Amino acid sequence: MASLKELRASIGSVKSTRKITSAMKMVAAAKLRRAQLHAESARPYAVAMRRMLGELAGAMSGEDGAPKLLAGSGEDRVHLLIPITSDRGLAGGFNSNINRTTRLTIRRLQAEGKTVKLLPVGRKGFDFLSRDYAGLIVDHVIGVGGRGVPFSAASDLGAKITKLLENGEFDVCTVVYNRFQNVMSQVPTPLQLIPLGLDAAEAASDPNAAQYEFEPDEQTLLERLLPRNLQVQIYAALLESAAGEQGARMTAMDNATRNAGKAIDRLTQKYNRTRQAKITNDLIEIISGAQAV
Amino acid sequence: MPIKVEIISPEKVLVSRDVDMVVMPGEEGDIAAMPEHAPMMLLLRGGTVSLYDGDTVTDQYFVGGGFADMTPTRCTILADEAVPVTQISIDAATARLEALTEAWDAADKSDVARLEGLMSKIQSVRAEIDAGAGN
Repeated sequence: MASLKELRASIGSVKSTRKITSAMKMVAAAKLRRAQLHAESARPYAVAMRRMLGELAGAMSGEDGAPKLLAGSGEDRVHLLIPITSDRGLAGGFNSNINRTTRLTIRRLQAEGKTVKLLPVGRKGFDFLSRDYAGLIVDHVIGVGGRGVPFSAASDLGAKITKLLENGEFDVCTVVYNRFQNVMSQVPTPLQLIPLGLDAAEAASDPNAAQYEFEPDEQTLLERLLPRNLQVQIYAALLESAAGEQGARMTAMDNATRNAGKAIDRLTQKYNRTRQAKITNDLIEIISGAQAV
Repeated sequence: MPIKVEIISPEKVLVSRDVDMVVMPGEEGDIAAMPEHAPMMLLLRGGTVSLYDGDTVTDQYFVGGGFADMTPTRCTILADEAVPVTQISIDAATARLEALTEAWDAADKSDVARLEGLMSKIQSVRAEIDAGAGN
């Protein structure tokens, strides 16, 4: 049986843990609001970009020589996976979900006889993957998504991917990130970046598509739009992931705070019982001592 | 009849309103978007976008390159970066110009793609400084 002093000490330590987790929850809630706002204000660009690409692709359909960024290398042999995780832990299942999805994908692709390469974003994913798959990692990015996500982070990553593609290092590129569904749930989602799956039907249904004029010309525009589109897609994924991280942390810390509260109740009750038992014992000793005299 | 103009940077929407005319810096020369303009898509160089109400310029924005999508009723400008001309920091732009000039001097002169990239960046920053100075 634990002594009163030990019980007091553990109640104190759980109380300070609760203070920390509840503070982290508040911080995550504040950051979440900002991250969500950020993600929302970046959406119009991606939407407009997609519309332009659709129109361009519609105007160009039937022509040969589509750039690699759009059509890929025409093969399906080497897959580049880009799992996006956070740099910091204490966010519930946020990172482990991505890691699990990535591992399953790697196994599935390898079972199909494909070569897999990895470009993890975020420290948690990099640490996890370097344990089992250190040989597959071609590059990694750490330090994105702490205080807001600058667009330059996405354009750097986009440039890296483009370079790998030009060197013929991979055929298919897929990002695995946490899609922000709501504060409680983030869904690990694979998003294929290369080859780009443009909806041809969507483009063809646009009545303006045929009359568009292009300056300087379709090919040049497409060559400039595609790298930008890649960056924008990555940017959107990074922003969603950043918002998801805060959401996951908030939920995890909320649970931790509640659990700490329960643990404190339990310990306090135990403490009071022990204290009562001790008083009773002391009384019995005094009374029986007095009777003996 | 007005035309709806939107200036969008990757981070946010800067402008979304009706104007009478938009003049923007196309890669192959300035171009104006007016109502009933034929649908057109073009590349933009670094320069100033001017919004007109009637014959007067109401707002000016600096864009550092990008794309524009015009239809008879709207004009969407996807800018790589965009700032209102009144908020341009000439000091910051001058510092960037110096850094770019150094990069230009240090660059491998046989790497044409890199040189072209640097040149368009330098031109864009020069246009930014001009736009900021003229205001």
